[in-house]
Amino acid sequence: MFKKNPGPALDTESILKDARRELALPSRRLFAKRALTLGGLSLLTGCNITDEPSVNRMLERISRMNDGVQGWLFDPKRLAPTYTQAEITRPFPFNAFYAIEEVPDIDGGDYRLEVSGLVTNKQPWTLEQLHRLPQNEQITRHICVEGWSAIGRWGGVPFSYFLKQIGADLSAKYIDFKCGDDYHTSIDMPTALHPQTQLTLTYDGQILPPKYGFPMKLRMPTKLGYKNPKHIMSIEVTNKYPGGYWEDQGYNWFGGA
Amino acid sequence: MNSPAIKKPVIHPIWLRVTHWLNALAVIIMILSGWRIYNASPIFPFRIPSDWTLGGWLGGALQWHFAAMWLLFFNGLVYLLLNTASGRLWKKFLPLRPAEVVQDFVKALRGKLQHDALDHYNAVQKLAYVSVILDLILLVVSGLAIWKSVQFPLLRELMGGFDNARIVHFCAMSFLVAFIVVHIIMVALVPRTLLAMLRGR
Repeated sequence: MFKKNPGPALDTESILKDARRELALPSRRLFAKRALTLGGLSLLTGCNITDEPSVNRMLERISRMNDGVQGWLFDPKRLAPTYTQAEITRPFPFNAFYAIEEVPDIDGGDYRLEVSGLVTNKQPWTLEQLHRLPQNEQITRHICVEGWSAIGRWGGVPFSYFLKQIGADLSAKYIDFKCGDDYHTSIDMPTALHPQTQLTLTYDGQILPPKYGFPMKLRMPTKLGYKNPKHIMSIEVTNKYPGGYWEDQGYNWFGGA
Repeated sequence: MNSPAIKKPVIHPIWLRVTHWLNALAVIIMILSGWRIYNASPIFPFRIPSDWTLGGWLGGALQWHFAAMWLLFFNGLVYLLLNTASGRLWKKFLPLRPAEVVQDFVKALRGKLQHDALDHYNAVQKLAYVSVILDLILLVVSGLAIWKSVQFPLLRELMGGFDNARIVHFCAMSFLVAFIVVHIIMVALVPRTLLAMLRGR
């Protein structure tokens, strides 16, 4: 389980995590090498490779500006379209930054959802307790940053209800999610409180299978797929920008649809 | 514009030349990064060769695409505002008669279409330039429908849904690329037009 151990234990954990992340980032290195392709060359005539970090910094800055624009465009009351049972994509695609054989095997029996940060109730949650909370369902479109989309049926606890149960500071800026597959992402509070943002426990009427994020994922039809974390182990309410697995590599942080 | 009498009259005012070249830059970035984004999940049974694309990977291409879109959008807005406010849009592109387009097109194919007066567009040029302006507007609208399909339900429905908006966006891009190819060939055939777009006369 993800426990916040102070002291040297934390260092080991974060070093290992960073190392794993670096290894998973060949695309990042390729980006630096290959920005000067045919297109890059025609654009950056007169520039050389040493100018590249500044170009990257400019693109990063514009991406952060686009976070602001998307926050401004986001209508907290606007619902994503919903679909009928017949329109569900079957089979719903598996998608992660690893192959399906590497899906984490999480034991639901001793699972505890950790809650931390700006909340009044930091009591961990068992799966049973979560299943006893009021549930709803949605059939919505999952849009991947790659461009494909698929319609699925998810059931679970409205996330705004859960945030109130843990006494979250609803004026805080971010919610950070750490996952059982070493994934990590974070979202803005207005999206967290959106009526279709759901702490998902089921898929198509069945307990959420491992490939779709057992024991629990966050479903947001208002955001792109990579913003929807699976295998959530801990939730932190914070005002400090938490970033994310893909976001730290260059994907846009807001990732709104 | 009142330029001194000794100089040749200005064909393309400075604001037009500036917006033309800024648009060219934005369009090149949008197309090359867009090809990389397309490759992440192709909607047709082919990919664009990676070496022709910009960004190095999907995340980099998206950063370029969503940076250059601001240049494309605001530069296009300035162009359309100045073009309509100055009356140039109507003066240059209207009237646009189908019969004249066919006539000039046949002439062009026979190599008999004259380019004597750079300040006057033939009917084929008028159609091409008006089409590419409308095509760029379609690219922005379909792009918005893809980028913000939840926040802009009207645009999404207008494009026939999220998945269809991607097809519209791709087809509009293809038209733009075809325009650019023909445009560059024509400029190569009549190089004076390039000088006019650089120095105005």
